[in-house]
Amino acid sequence: MINTVFDILTIRTDFPILNRKVNGYPLVYLDNAATSQTPQQVIDVIVDYYRNYNANIHRGVHALSQEATDKYEEARLKIQKHFNAAKSHEIIFTSGTTQGINLVANSFSTFLKPGDELLVSAMEHHSNIVPWQMLCERTGAILKVIPMNEDGVLLMDTFKDLLSNRTKLVFCNHVSNALGTINPIQEIIEESHTIGAAVLIDGAQAAPHIKADMQKLDVDFYTVSAHKMCGPTGVGILYGKEEWLNKMPPYQGGGEMIAEVTFEKTTYADLPHKFEAGTPNICGGIAFGAALDYMNAIGFDSIASYEQELLQYATQKLTMIEGLRIYGTAKEKTSVISFNIQGIHPYDIGTILDKLGIAVRTGHHCAQPVMDFYHIPGTVRASFNFYNTKEEVDVLVEGVRRAKKMLL
Amino acid sequence: MTIKEIQEDIIEEFSMFDDWMQRYEYMIELGKSLPLIEEKYKTDDNIIKGCQSKVWVHAELEDDKLVFTADSDAIITKGIIAILIRAFSNQRPNDIIEANTRFIDEIGLKEHLSPTRANGLVSMIKQLKLYAVAYQTQIN
Repeated sequence: MINTVFDILTIRTDFPILNRKVNGYPLVYLDNAATSQTPQQVIDVIVDYYRNYNANIHRGVHALSQEATDKYEEARLKIQKHFNAAKSHEIIFTSGTTQGINLVANSFSTFLKPGDELLVSAMEHHSNIVPWQMLCERTGAILKVIPMNEDGVLLMDTFKDLLSNRTKLVFCNHVSNALGTINPIQEIIEESHTIGAAVLIDGAQAAPHIKADMQKLDVDFYTVSAHKMCGPTGVGILYGKEEWLNKMPPYQGGGEMIAEVTFEKTTYADLPHKFEAGTPNICGGIAFGAALDYMNAIGFDSIASYEQELLQYATQKLTMIEGLRIYGTAKEKTSVISFNIQGIHPYDIGTILDKLGIAVRTGHHCAQPVMDFYHIPGTVRASFNFYNTKEEVDVLVEGVRRAKKMLL
Repeated sequence: MTIKEIQEDIIEEFSMFDDWMQRYEYMIELGKSLPLIEEKYKTDDNIIKGCQSKVWVHAELEDDKLVFTADSDAIITKGIIAILIRAFSNQRPNDIIEANTRFIDEIGLKEHLSPTRANGLVSMIKQLKLYAVAYQTQIN
């Protein structure tokens, strides 16, 4: 049963967009893995920023600048607390997960030499593949792949075999965006550390559903995007262990990240500013803090148990449709269902669902290697958040049936 | 028939449908029923890779007219291709160069020709025009 403290109807009233109609039907928003919707509480914070204290931070002597700086740094503390980082300067504001990965991929090159190895999981988003391929091209390091099985589960024995004293960095998503698999990152981190390799976890898909504890995980880098967690787009964070961040050179040069500049030599600012060149997304950072407040007030345990219930309900209902196959059948999954119907292209299903007001994602989900693994052009992906309902699952299932009838 | 006349015919046909369901059912029928391209032309050279669906296009000059054949792996995309081919194929290259695709908006399928849709259709239309330009140059 749904947790009694979890009041779905009240929660839904927090999200004005959920009242929208699309193509004449009430919106059923099931593209949460792409971006989540924004509650009024976060929208209010954004409006408040631009109405009352919009100013550049960390440099002004005037009141507005001080207020904006205080709020921005307060957000960093909230984020530190949420992810249980040991120090606030281990939280680097970024434009999102992709930038966090690119930052590490660029700065980590200092530590690499030709023949060093990087391990990547077979179920990564392109943003956790391409920056590393570029890094390998620059440094002569070699990229090796941790394979997965038909269920979309990483082969941990092969992973352990791949680890060697040449392995310098392992990167893997916490949750697969295309399949929903929750990867055994604690084990990956522990095993990697035994041979001295650093680990970067792409937490973009996990963070909306699982509260990750940086100290408990003992992870080296963890990166997330605010917009998947009820926050705005264009902001995220990279968590990095202090010892790594101190050793790594800056990623981008500019204002804010310097201690002293002459034409002969520049010295860099301390953490976190060393990695935060230029004016950041100030409002976005503050709103990210507000989004975490919002989600924590509901509680990640309640969110997770409700979403699991939605996942099970939707899985059960969808599998009753003849010819429907779900990709990603790991035991440990977040509320993501990737599927196809035999003989129908995912684009066609997505198009008909859209006409019915149902927002899903179709295509390769920026994870072409996963699609190649299953020999499919793409999937239809329905991803559920805590503000979705069983009634919406029913609408989806009915929509898929209707699409199937039209298309087959 | 000129491209314009064919387009007017298509608009009239679609005006008989009351709602989107009927329009799409018709389009899906078109997509299913028409053999649009010979298998031998479904080569990598003729492929247009959209993020969502793939499109193949082949062009041949017959007398002074350009004949297009095309296909897609997605049926709705294929249905729209059938409509586009009906309008643009078997026409003089110059007429193809000058023609537009506004009729697709008028029959309520505008969203499929959005460049962000990544279904290959926008690139396909560009390709049709490029073929027309190339063959027109050849004729001249």
